Amino acid sequence: MKNNNLKAWLYLLPAVLFLGFFLVYPLIDVLIYSFEEGYNYASQTYFGVGSYNFSYVLHDPYFLQALKNTFILVIITVPVSTALSMLISVALSSIQKLRNLFQTVYFLPYVTNTLAVGLVFMILFKQTPYSDGLVNTVLSWFGISAIDFISGPYWAKMLVLCIYTVWVVMPFKILILTGSLASVDEIYYNAAKVDGTSKWRIFRKITLPMISPTVFYLIITGFIGAFKAYSDAVALFGTDLNAAEMNTIVGYIYDMLYGTSGGYPSYASAAAIILFVIVLTITCINLLVSKKHVHY
Amino acid sequence: MDYEKIEKAARNRKRALNTVIYILLAVWALVVLFPFYWMILTSLKSYAAYNSEWVPQLITFSPTLQNYVDAFTAVPLGGYFVNTLIFTLATTAIMLVVTVLAAFAFSRLEFKGKNLVFTLFLSLMMIPSELVVITNYVTITDLDMRNTFLGLILPSVASVFYIYLLKENFSQIPDELYYAAKVDGTSDLRYLLKVMLPICKPTVITVTVLKVIECWNSYVWPRLVTDDQAYFLVSNGIQEIRENGFGRENIPAMMAAVVVISVPLIVLFLIFRKKIMAGVSRGGMKG
Repeated sequence: MKNNNLKAWLYLLPAVLFLGFFLVYPLIDVLIYSFEEGYNYASQTYFGVGSYNFSYVLHDPYFLQALKNTFILVIITVPVSTALSMLISVALSSIQKLRNLFQTVYFLPYVTNTLAVGLVFMILFKQTPYSDGLVNTVLSWFGISAIDFISGPYWAKMLVLCIYTVWVVMPFKILILTGSLASVDEIYYNAAKVDGTSKWRIFRKITLPMISPTVFYLIITGFIGAFKAYSDAVALFGTDLNAAEMNTIVGYIYDMLYGTSGGYPSYASAAAIILFVIVLTITCINLLVSKKHVHY
Repeated sequence: MDYEKIEKAARNRKRALNTVIYILLAVWALVVLFPFYWMILTSLKSYAAYNSEWVPQLITFSPTLQNYVDAFTAVPLGGYFVNTLIFTLATTAIMLVVTVLAAFAFSRLEFKGKNLVFTLFLSLMMIPSELVVITNYVTITDLDMRNTFLGLILPSVASVFYIYLLKENFSQIPDELYYAAKVDGTSDLRYLLKVMLPICKPTVITVTVLKVIECWNSYVWPRLVTDDQAYFLVSNGIQEIRENGFGRENIPAMMAAVVVISVPLIVLFLIFRKKIMAGVSRGGMKG
């Protein structure tokens, strides 16, 4: 038995080393960093211990901007993408022909490089001296004058960011929802059909309760994912997100660590912990709400 | 009788609903595919043609491959490509070894505190990467591993989710097989390599492909630890191209680079479509 113990740990050793060194230790370390005031990266010294880093971050206009952007992004994209994916998944589940083809097509954005495809969205929306771009051309058919969506007004930039984010997160949601819809037992539908129940009523009274755990799973992961938005914004607006007023919380963390305003791991740590607390709070609220509404 | 009328009306209603459904699905397919069409189309337009289009044209009658030549000669796209390939292959290979060994220990071997350790492992899945990246950045910098492949690879290896996925699959193999192998005097490692891995090949492939996708698309960590172009991966490369390459206006060449970067993953997806989708739906959250 003792021999077996040793052997098991030997097999686990690589995983333990990797996880310990790059996942567990950093988790503890980030807490320490966040409370070390005036940490100097070059000399590895700090003045004292306290909550100054948090107060600095919370008073930094760039962080407040990032916080605002992230919240707007979350509030818009999570409901929109969840509702849209629900609509598409229900439609997808009700057809037989071409279903596989549609499913494959819909999953495509999941496997593409966010940065690369973001560039395509950028040129679709961008207004240059040579051309208004495709989106503006389409808008002009409806009598809407050209807007620079990439370096123009704030709401236009936010709109593009939201559209791109929804485009990126849809594959995952559609995949999960169609899987969940397929697992609802046919018996319930047949019983409802015998009773002559209308389609809308079937959806509300049978389908929705049956898939409600999946829907809440998607909402929770959607919130978490949206709070961590970053690469989408970089893809559209470039690496200097502060200048574009489009920074996100995660973007702020990385900028603090490295980049134009870089070299402050303490501030970065404090911001990361604030983000973590926000996400944790929202997730807990979600779980509480879901307890009330998820049907089994 | 009215019966026929009612049936006809019901049939018509059903047909109308079906038409609406197909239109909806087709519209979304268009939304998904259009950016891909646009990037291929733009990459085939010549620089002069693209810039003379005040109204963007939906089709080009004089396609050119010049942009692809530019993408590989004017900017070091080939280098980014090779870097990404090295990074992806090395990370995935090391990850596989680490993951298979750990999954084997959890599923096959008995040791004290196994359940506790496994629970601890699972709880690690909840740690957001944003929290740990800060210290990892400092660690790698202190070890003088910025702008090296080791610095890129080492922190990207560990994946608790894949250990979990593989462990679940390993556990489904009946114990009898193990005891039979033991009676024959097979060592644990040999049993793992010759029996378990071949049986669980589908899951191993799923894990591999998911990791390859993850590596190919990784942006945040490579951006932090590399500032020397010689070590850029494709994600950072495309950002560099956008900001400094080609001159800002050469969009067709930029799109050619985007196509070149996207194609490998799309091919991979079309080959392993079912495995990827099954793996992702089992809990593979992006990021």
